[in-house]
Amino acid sequence: MENLINIFVKSVFIDNMVFAYFLGMCSYLAVSKTVKTAMGLGIAVTFVLLVTLPINYLLENYILKPGALAWAGESFAELDFSFLSFIIFIAVIASIVQLVEMVVEKYSPALYDSLGIFLPLIAVNCAILGGSLFMQEKNFLNIGEATSYALGSGIGWLLAILGLAAIREKLQYSNVPGPLKGLGITFIITGLMGIAFMSFLGIKL
Amino acid sequence: MSLLSSRNRKVLVDPLSKSNPVIILVLGICSALAVTAKLEPALVMSISVIVVVAFSNVIVSLLRNTIPARIRIIVQLVVVATLVTIVNEVLKAFAYDVSKQLSVFVGLIITNCILMGRLEAFALGNKPWPAFIDGIGNGLGYGIILVIVGFFRELLGSGTLFDYQIIPSSFYEAGYENNGLMILPPMALIVVACIIWVHRIMNKDLQEDNN
Amino acid sequence: MNREGNTYTIVYAAVMVIIVAVLLAFTAESLKSRQNQNAEIDKKTQLLRSIRISSNADNADNLYNQNITDSYLVNTNGERVDGDAFAVDQEFDKEMRKPMEERTLPVYEASVEGSKKYILPLYGSGLWGPIWGYVALDEDKSTIYGATFGHKGETPGLGAEIDTKWFQEEFYDKKISRDGKFTSVAVLKAGQTRTDMDYVDGISGGTITSQGVDEMLKHSLEQYKAFLGLQ
Repeated sequence: MENLINIFVKSVFIDNMVFAYFLGMCSYLAVSKTVKTAMGLGIAVTFVLLVTLPINYLLENYILKPGALAWAGESFAELDFSFLSFIIFIAVIASIVQLVEMVVEKYSPALYDSLGIFLPLIAVNCAILGGSLFMQEKNFLNIGEATSYALGSGIGWLLAILGLAAIREKLQYSNVPGPLKGLGITFIITGLMGIAFMSFLGIKL
Repeated sequence: MSLLSSRNRKVLVDPLSKSNPVIILVLGICSALAVTAKLEPALVMSISVIVVVAFSNVIVSLLRNTIPARIRIIVQLVVVATLVTIVNEVLKAFAYDVSKQLSVFVGLIITNCILMGRLEAFALGNKPWPAFIDGIGNGLGYGIILVIVGFFRELLGSGTLFDYQIIPSSFYEAGYENNGLMILPPMALIVVACIIWVHRIMNKDLQEDNN
Repeated sequence: MNREGNTYTIVYAAVMVIIVAVLLAFTAESLKSRQNQNAEIDKKTQLLRSIRISSNADNADNLYNQNITDSYLVNTNGERVDGDAFAVDQEFDKEMRKPMEERTLPVYEASVEGSKKYILPLYGSGLWGPIWGYVALDEDKSTIYGATFGHKGETPGLGAEIDTKWFQEEFYDKKISRDGKFTSVAVLKAGQTRTDMDYVDGISGGTITSQGVDEMLKHSLEQYKAFLGLQ
């Protein structure tokens, strides 16, 4: 349990997807103009991460990894499908996103109205695939750890985009130098937020 | 040159500045910045992206009349993922040290928005040759930014380029210190912001009206 | 032919999947031996560095065969167990997260100029990610003959200095035990001292990575207490 909380806190603050690894930046910059849409996208990202990462964890550990197929019999134990992992991960993500879109549309039109437009964007959000690839890299011991990591990364991302959107809303009242308006100042703000988040570094849990 | 008609030249050159994928269209920042603390991985990353963009553009362009609309996105993703897997395997086999440094960021080329952006916007509606040029152009536009960022971060942050000491030791004796901040991830963003700043001072028409 | 029909879509997807799978399987298969070789040589180079031998991709294999005389696994009670030390070593991080009594720990024996050395792997975490390394002990199982460290993504110029020579040379001839009791070697802030155990200077500006090395040494070597005959 302690371990799970540890991973969760670490992935929210220290290994923050946006500030430490710059993942999901495209939609992060594009959809951070108002707090409301930022919130919608953030929740959608968290949700999709939470669904796809455990699935990819199972696929990775029971099918793709060298020796992962040992459960299917002795003769499969030698197989190594790790070269397929990129394709499988992205396929899982793309189809889950599609599935989620359909389910949400059918059963909760209200939610669909607020989340729906973001879902197609998410299939190519680096944070989602990044989550799965980091999961592969980090060698989590069990699915619990992977889920906790997914939740943490998602919330970390949500936190980052919410913060940026809030700052950008206030920014309308500031006098930014012409060439820096829009994109330039957004980069600088993200950089400064990143430096602020670095103060969490080295927290040992 | 007949291969590069004026239209194709425009397709090749535009992404380098006027419609640069990174600093104008805000595409492909995701996987880019984390690998720019040193020049070498930045360069390898750029080359990988150029290769993947160019060839996926060609492949999708060749297939453009056969792809069923409903599974268009998935088909594109599969083409890209295949190419990225191949690049990853090749790097692991022939440039092991660099591939260790790039780690997951090679895989993240798949979700690099430049790729999907170019496939959707250009390859689906154009013949293979212009698509190839477009891929090279956009890959280069992306690579230029990466290399510039990598150049400044390594030079100012470590005093080296490609791991060779550039700043002479007499500087250090005179009290010069490497700027450790440059190496930390957030500075990549600020360097990009500076590039945008300079670029937009030179191209006034690109400036945005509001924040 | 109807491009939007179900049959077409399904057949299209199926053909695509088959082509892609064949293509990837072919690439992976043809490059695999090279990749494994790279990973193996990387490990061997590190192992050799811990016994003060520098090697490159071309001679690592040869030097390894010449200098490393034996490799085996022990459990935390110091008894030898079956298994391939090199294979366990390549996934040492997994081993370190198992419960203490289930772990099997790799040991390499090397002979350098006629004297026997024991090389033990290390694994821990730095500021940004995992750090690892090897410590080579003299025949007394206490004096450090050499050490080498690696890292995934420590800050260049700061924490990343742990893989440089000056830092690793600091460990030469330090002792990991006092009067038969395991003490490890401390990594302290430059200028600090300790009397109850041997210590080296950490990296200025790389405090957390230095602490990581300190803890990595303690936790990794502690497991070998029984094997090393220490308390």
